[in-house]
Amino acid sequence: MSILNSSNIKTLEFDVLVIGGGGSGMRTSLELAKSGLRTAVVSKVFPTRSHTVSAQGGITCAIASADPQDDWRWHMYDTVKGSDYIGDQDAIEYMCSEGPKAVFELEHMGLPFSRTENGRIYQRPFGGQSKDFGKGGQAARTCAAADRTGHALLHTLYQNNVKEGSNFLNEWFAVDLVLNKFKEVTGVVAFAIESGEVAYLKAQATVLATGGAGRIYASTTNALINTGDGLGMSLRAGIPAQDMEMWQFHPTGIYGAGSLVTEGCRGEGGYLINKDGERFMERYAPNAKDLAGRDVVARSMVLEILEGRGCGEDKDHVFLKLDHLGADVLNAKLPGICELSRTFAAVDPVYEPIPVVPTCHYMMGGTPTNIHGQAFKLSSSDDDYIPGLFSVGEAACVSVHGANRLGGNSLLDLVVFGRAAGLHINEALKSGGGVANCDNDDIDLALHNLNKLNESSRGYEVSAVKKELQEVMQNYFGVFRRGDYMDKGVTALTEIREKIENLHLKDKSAAFNTNRVEAIELQNLFEVAEATAISSLQRTESRGAHAREDYPDRDDENWLCHSLYDPTTKVLGKRHVNFEPSQVDAFPPKVRTY
Amino acid sequence: MISVNIYRYNPEKDSFPYMQTFEFEKPKRDIMVLELLNQIKEKDPTISYRRSCREGVCGSDGMNINGKNGLACITPLSTVIKKNKLDLRPLPGLPVIRDLVVDMADFYAQYEKIKPFLQNDTPVDIGERLQSPEDRDKLDGLYECILCACCSTSCPSFWWNPDKFVGPAALLQAYRFIADSRDTKTAERLQNLSDPFSVYRCHGIMNCVSVCPKGLNPNEAIGEIKSMLLSGKNKENIIASDAVS
Repeated sequence: MSILNSSNIKTLEFDVLVIGGGGSGMRTSLELAKSGLRTAVVSKVFPTRSHTVSAQGGITCAIASADPQDDWRWHMYDTVKGSDYIGDQDAIEYMCSEGPKAVFELEHMGLPFSRTENGRIYQRPFGGQSKDFGKGGQAARTCAAADRTGHALLHTLYQNNVKEGSNFLNEWFAVDLVLNKFKEVTGVVAFAIESGEVAYLKAQATVLATGGAGRIYASTTNALINTGDGLGMSLRAGIPAQDMEMWQFHPTGIYGAGSLVTEGCRGEGGYLINKDGERFMERYAPNAKDLAGRDVVARSMVLEILEGRGCGEDKDHVFLKLDHLGADVLNAKLPGICELSRTFAAVDPVYEPIPVVPTCHYMMGGTPTNIHGQAFKLSSSDDDYIPGLFSVGEAACVSVHGANRLGGNSLLDLVVFGRAAGLHINEALKSGGGVANCDNDDIDLALHNLNKLNESSRGYEVSAVKKELQEVMQNYFGVFRRGDYMDKGVTALTEIREKIENLHLKDKSAAFNTNRVEAIELQNLFEVAEATAISSLQRTESRGAHAREDYPDRDDENWLCHSLYDPTTKVLGKRHVNFEPSQVDAFPPKVRTY
Repeated sequence: MISVNIYRYNPEKDSFPYMQTFEFEKPKRDIMVLELLNQIKEKDPTISYRRSCREGVCGSDGMNINGKNGLACITPLSTVIKKNKLDLRPLPGLPVIRDLVVDMADFYAQYEKIKPFLQNDTPVDIGERLQSPEDRDKLDGLYECILCACCSTSCPSFWWNPDKFVGPAALLQAYRFIADSRDTKTAERLQNLSDPFSVYRCHGIMNCVSVCPKGLNPNEAIGEIKSMLLSGKNKENIIASDAVS
């Protein structure tokens, strides 16, 4: 294979590139489809194979179906509290208040929501939900299509993109961002997986909608494709990442397999038990019990296991009990869970409890953006953007989830901010916004890494290095963290860095070469892992999902802020949290109990 | 030991496809076929196949497993292996791009042909369109399709006419919208399927039902479409005639 450069690859020119064909990317492209702008969705898999498809329990939103009095401000309060007060309140306000419009719009597009007796959208209780600003007890605010809401949402979005004639580059893999001399993003270099053909995809606006990177951990609910490709690209290009220490461990991943078991199980009345059959969450969260925040439940489970009350031969998991709900409820409300449990745990929840363990689930951090998806530069200013670069969904940190995401808020995040980015880009480009051209050298620079891989004649094996990376992250940066352990983890990563830069691409062929895809995915995973490790070590407090044994308390004096990781210096800076919503008073930090 | 025979074809190197055998220590616990494939790929990274969710909801890893189409990620080895032998081939009837990866363009084209989106021109002022739980129940068994193509590529009628016979997967989705009380274009949808090929090439051999990894029944949906086409009755004119009487 000859060395790729700007003169031997072709250029495909668009107005907007959306990198990623999951929920957030397809909501962005749907908004742009009607604009007349030339948009391309670049997706490494056929869009309905994206990880949004695995979301189960629902989309949380105050549509006032289960409770006619429900109020988006209550949802906002829960989300701010859930975030442990480092969610940006302007963004949370926007999401919660715009939410109902977004959910009704999905319904109009055909999403097959489950229904109540009066024909409205069915809502179920989820963790961290309350009425009346925490004073009115448990709310039921998560809009559901049985326990397949993500599947229904992703297919509905794809279907409506087909309807509007969106342009998809399916099974294309974006390799690296192209930046011009003004440090504006002018597109990406990418290749068609089927043919291996490499191209410069040029655009005035590039939207990273590449989802999460749960595969940095050995045990995760995430799809195999969740390798943080957008963040990998942006970190390699020196673009910062925010709150990367904040990783959600979902309480109920199936023991051994890692597959997700929805929080909706507990919303429908299921609960966790230890080896003695005790409903232990009553001790840790007397009010919300099994529906406390996910970080709280996950930690309680780990404590039960550490104190010898785990289940099974090795006492290394707990049980999720559902059989008391009866076969009818399980078949109607949780059919997918029954299926998954039979397949992956060899357990029928109608009769037996499901073995579960906290499992890496969601990346609260990401590329820092405002509510229009515009990516922030490494500065504390609120109007210092990287021209041409946008991010939405799990890849972004807008930040509505702060230090801990509430269940059902990720799907809402996707559609609300996907739409917002689409609206903004349409307006900006039509009023003359855009970026300058890049030089040939800029394209050559973006091709450097791909060339190096293609030329590799020896080096480290992709699958072995990936395993090593995942073990380090699992061992040193899990549910509970400690400075001295994390130090070891950071040192281990420094050694892995050398391997990442010297991977051996064994297969050099062009057609559907998944070895090449996996090598670059591993490099992306590494960038995300390193950002996670350094951010975790340097945030010296416990907040939300970031729980440190050596700093067990929340430290509002020093850390009521976002962390901002600079990939060039590997130093962790700080960014202020927004406490200025426009329609309500800000919710001040309080002690967070459930 | 078990022998896993994998269909290999790389268009740059191979004039013809061939089967390559990998000898494997029998796993101590029962594993999914995808996990086995992943282990083989660690040894030989040149093997290509699609995979994503690894839990049976994304539909990426449909393949022919010991002669029957299925999803590798939710097929336990113990249920398919025969005499310690396992054959893995690409889904039949579609062009092979490489190894276990097929070109699904024909399959997706049929899906697009049935207009797979809700059509209803009546605007809604506030809130959602209402739908009774009973009407919503009619979508169960239809909307769950994951577009893995196991059914359509197990259907001889689709093998013969992938460009003209819509195939079980897309027909199931056609019926998903016909059955939706919120969709108002049933007559157009039926009209769109009324030629001799789109639906009528289905002869009810039920391969689609026997392979569907989600337990769905495209054959039943096709039967419903056929009887609506033959009787001329559909939910819109039934409602209209009810209103008249």
